[in-house]
Amino acid sequence: MATVKKEIIGKLQEQILKLQGFKPERNAHATDFGLGIISTAFPGNIFPLAALHEFLATNLEDAAASGGFISALLAVLMKNNGVCLWISTQRKIFPPSLITFGLSPERIIFIDLQNERDVLWATEEALKCESLAAVVTELDEISFAQSRRLQLVIEKSRVTAFVIRKNAEKLSSTLAAARWRISAMPSVAIDGLPGLGFPRWHVELLKVKNGIPGNWIIAYAAGAFRPVTQVPFDGLKIRRAV
Amino acid sequence: MQKRYMSIWFSTLLTDWIRIKRPALSHLPLVFSDKAGNRMVITAVSKEAALLGIHLGMPLADARAIVPNLEVIENQHHKTGKLLAALGGWCIRYTPLVGLEEDQGLILDISGCAHLWGGEREYLREIVNRLRGLGYHVRAAISDTMGTAWAISRYGKISPIIKSGEELNALLHLPPMALRISPMASQKLIKLGLKTIGSFISMPRSVLRRRIGEDSMERIEQVLGQKEEHFSPITVPEVYSERLASMEPISTRKGIEIAIEKLLSRLCSSLQKDGMGLRSALLQSYRIDGKVIKTGIGTNSPSINMSHLFKLFSLKIDQIEPKMGIELFTMDAVRFDQLDPGQESLWMAENGTGGQKVTELLDRLAGKLGAQAIQRYLPQPHHWPERSIKKVDSLTEPLSLPWRTDRLRPVQLLKVPEPVQVSAPIPDYPPMLFRYQGITHQVKKADGPERIEREWWLEKGEHRDYYQLEDADGKRYWLFRSGHYSSEKASQWFIHGFFA
Repeated sequence: MATVKKEIIGKLQEQILKLQGFKPERNAHATDFGLGIISTAFPGNIFPLAALHEFLATNLEDAAASGGFISALLAVLMKNNGVCLWISTQRKIFPPSLITFGLSPERIIFIDLQNERDVLWATEEALKCESLAAVVTELDEISFAQSRRLQLVIEKSRVTAFVIRKNAEKLSSTLAAARWRISAMPSVAIDGLPGLGFPRWHVELLKVKNGIPGNWIIAYAAGAFRPVTQVPFDGLKIRRAV
Repeated sequence: MQKRYMSIWFSTLLTDWIRIKRPALSHLPLVFSDKAGNRMVITAVSKEAALLGIHLGMPLADARAIVPNLEVIENQHHKTGKLLAALGGWCIRYTPLVGLEEDQGLILDISGCAHLWGGEREYLREIVNRLRGLGYHVRAAISDTMGTAWAISRYGKISPIIKSGEELNALLHLPPMALRISPMASQKLIKLGLKTIGSFISMPRSVLRRRIGEDSMERIEQVLGQKEEHFSPITVPEVYSERLASMEPISTRKGIEIAIEKLLSRLCSSLQKDGMGLRSALLQSYRIDGKVIKTGIGTNSPSINMSHLFKLFSLKIDQIEPKMGIELFTMDAVRFDQLDPGQESLWMAENGTGGQKVTELLDRLAGKLGAQAIQRYLPQPHHWPERSIKKVDSLTEPLSLPWRTDRLRPVQLLKVPEPVQVSAPIPDYPPMLFRYQGITHQVKKADGPERIEREWWLEKGEHRDYYQLEDADGKRYWLFRSGHYSSEKASQWFIHGFFA
């Protein structure tokens, strides 16, 4: 009886998504990022590719955590060869570190620019190119109109875009499919040994289109996301969800 | 094909130039003077001054005595070469091969060019009229040999165009100086009463050689076309070069676009025949007022894709300012490479066309934002963090040594390490707390030290002892102490990076 109910609910949810204007990925061959229960937050339990993902990273520590998280995602996206563009001003990403997350740094092309306008232009141009695996952009601000421009380009080329927003002071709403915040958590010692353990992050999905926002703790070890645990909303000091 | 040369003589180059620049000086007796040894000597004379009896090489003091209100411009002699080179560049619109000539002249290799202007007479008239319009006094002559063209442009009195094989006839009545022989030799000939070329040219060579020397004999043979002569062109034409002259001056964007399209299609088809692809191209727009606007594009891999190359140019059309109009476009393939369809490296994409699209995207980015914006990194065999990677231009350069995975490196690395305040216990222990940008971080976990020596053969300085630190929030930092711990002075600590 319970399974029948679940099936019915699942079908109804799909219908609701259709009514909301959500089109599932045409070749709905879900790429498994190993995100575990985080995927349940997304519509259809599928991590939305060919969409705009926003990451809030106001300080360098958060930027480092986001960089690590994105690199781990990129590593999966670029598994079957491919190139990725990393567009930014004042880039601090240190390429050799990305190998830790299973990403080949030589397959990333960095575009270092002087001002934000050029970054937006370059991002739009890059997203037009369907041969890219993904485009990562570091930006201070992105307006609704700018995000819509990017979204329109993405709809044609089906390239996944990750936007790291360095300035969350003037946080405008955008057309992003998901808004993330990744921050560091104290690591767990490996087998009780002293020293640093594997990186552990607090993953906040602040907004997700047609999905359910949530809070998780995730560790990254030996090339995969390791035990992913849901954090109850009151379990952690929730930051102002913007 | 019979070679044809045109010689253009600027009889009063410097004075004409200064008059174009400063019209107030026209119709005044005008000379240029330069230092020769200890005194000022006249190096250029205007027509008006020459009529008053001033000649080249005369001391300036003497000239001033003859004409008290003489206009003198000093120390400009180096200008001659520059001016001629600029005028030579202007002449490129008439022929690709232009060279400088001794005694203020230009030599043009016009073989196969004149018919485009409707014949040699029209060609010569066009050039001379244009130059005169600019304000230069010029004389020009066309002939089979450079020597004859030189002679007729300087000394000729009848016709400036000498038909093939008639060089000798044209020269018969000219003075020996017209043969470009040394002044001594020509003086000698005149002293002997041989005042025209015709009076001695048919003499036996051995006799002449004894009188005027070997060098002068060589000049005579060159003038008559019995010995080959070469000049070095001021711009060496590119192997792949196309030109497009317009009937009417072009001053619209559409017009420029059409010109670029036409030139590109011709250039690409000639490159394709040889299996070559364009790496960088230069478009030169010759404006009607004499300016040349240069527009360059570059690609990341050889390409003969017309629409792509056109897109690169179209990003730069705004920089071409037509002003009065553009009368000639030339496009050179400055750099070209073997076009190899299999050259896309495997990492670019699963299928070959993908890599093509990526390089085209990068070309567009480079065209608008500059090639230095695009960076790719490969590992370098150095431990020093700043030197552990190198930039590479090429997108296809493979990994020559593997990325190091044995040491953890920070995701965010500061370009320059920033000093931090640290309280650390005894030597070689990691810090207990540190202060960075006004925030105190309690260190909960730490790894290290990892000592990295400075490469003494590259630079001097202290080594670094790196520690990986984790604070109470779980944020991870990369700090180092510069140099050894010493009890006398506090050691300097720096923050260098942030771990994920």
